[in-house]
Amino acid sequence: MEWTDSAAAEQARQGDQRAFGVLVERHSRSVFRLAFRMTQNEQDAEDLVQETFLKAYKQLHRFDGRSAFGTWLYRIAANCSLDLIRARKNRRERQTTLTSETTDWLDRVAAPDPSPERLARSGQVASLLKPALAQLTELERTAFVLRHYEGRGIEEIAGVLGVQTNAAKHSVFRAVQKLRRALEPVAQVAP
Amino acid sequence: MTHLDEEQLTLAYYGEVDAECMRHLEECGECRLRHERIKTALDNFPDFPVPERNDAYGREVWNRLLPQLAAKPRRSWLNWWTMTPVLASLIAIAFFAGMLAQRNRQIPGISAEARERVLLMAMSDHLERSEILLVELAHAVPGENELKMERALARSLVTENRLLRETARSAGDEPRAALLDDLERVLVAVANGPAGENPADLDALKARIQSNDLLFKVRVMSANTLQEGRKL
Repeated sequence: MEWTDSAAAEQARQGDQRAFGVLVERHSRSVFRLAFRMTQNEQDAEDLVQETFLKAYKQLHRFDGRSAFGTWLYRIAANCSLDLIRARKNRRERQTTLTSETTDWLDRVAAPDPSPERLARSGQVASLLKPALAQLTELERTAFVLRHYEGRGIEEIAGVLGVQTNAAKHSVFRAVQKLRRALEPVAQVAP
Repeated sequence: MTHLDEEQLTLAYYGEVDAECMRHLEECGECRLRHERIKTALDNFPDFPVPERNDAYGREVWNRLLPQLAAKPRRSWLNWWTMTPVLASLIAIAFFAGMLAQRNRQIPGISAEARERVLLMAMSDHLERSEILLVELAHAVPGENELKMERALARSLVTENRLLRETARSAGDEPRAALLDDLERVLVAVANGPAGENPADLDALKARIQSNDLLFKVRVMSANTLQEGRKL
């Protein structure tokens, strides 16, 4: 039988683990995609997938069906990712060095199979993006990733970040401004 | 209408401006030109490649997850585990805060680092439970819940908060003391407030929680404190 998300969530809430398994199988890839975009690290993303579903399972009683299960789960994943980013930032501040994960991500900014021209441009972009990303606050970076790459609405981003809507909007704007300035030498993205 | 500013033009790209702004954008050539530049820039932002996961990935995640799941999900968040740590924390905080207040006093077998670690872990635990309370209140629906459990938890957290705030202040940790100050005002309001059946009362409470981004600050401080504690 093909369960809808809400029916599976309701069954899972009653203690049916198979129903929860259906939800895990259905949403794992999108949770991974979000976690990777937020953390820029594959292993962290894998850990976050586990953490997200564990947390969701423990909090199933709080899912009231007013929003789609995917949206609710997405919020949990984003919050888990944000906590990790904050913890990592804290650690980075202690060490006052850039993490290798950031470098890894910057190395992956280019398309998987780029043309030589694109490769050259991506190299330029990556080298310019690096100091800009270091300047973004965690709020700016998260808001930008959620809005630009994940296509999430401002209301939802504000909910994830625990800030007012205007603050979320402003974070997206500030991130865009900083990144555009950083990429100024690459004419197409100059402010 | 005056011309749109950079922020409005940027947010218009994401469709996050009101209808009036969009109308202006359609009618004003100057703004449209500036918006085009922003659109081109954002369209050309580098892609964000994500490692591929195949169709079997969900099944793999489930197989890894299954052994970690308890037999049945918890039904109520405000049960024993949110209430009992308060007493344990209070004892630990009172003990170690007392030692902190008498910095010169040496207790054999307990290092300064160990004392600080206990305090940080107690602080993190306190902030985490406060965060749960704030989240529940932020999502509370008038008339559905009398907030009895929430108020009981808030009452117990007030005492703990007071002790932690004084400890932080005497240790010269002003950022934590200031946050605990803000938190305490909300906890006291919840603990002594009305039943929460009145929508206006609940709205006032929610507004108070939202003011100064208290929930966000608590969340950040909780994560940072936990990290610091683990480092010691």
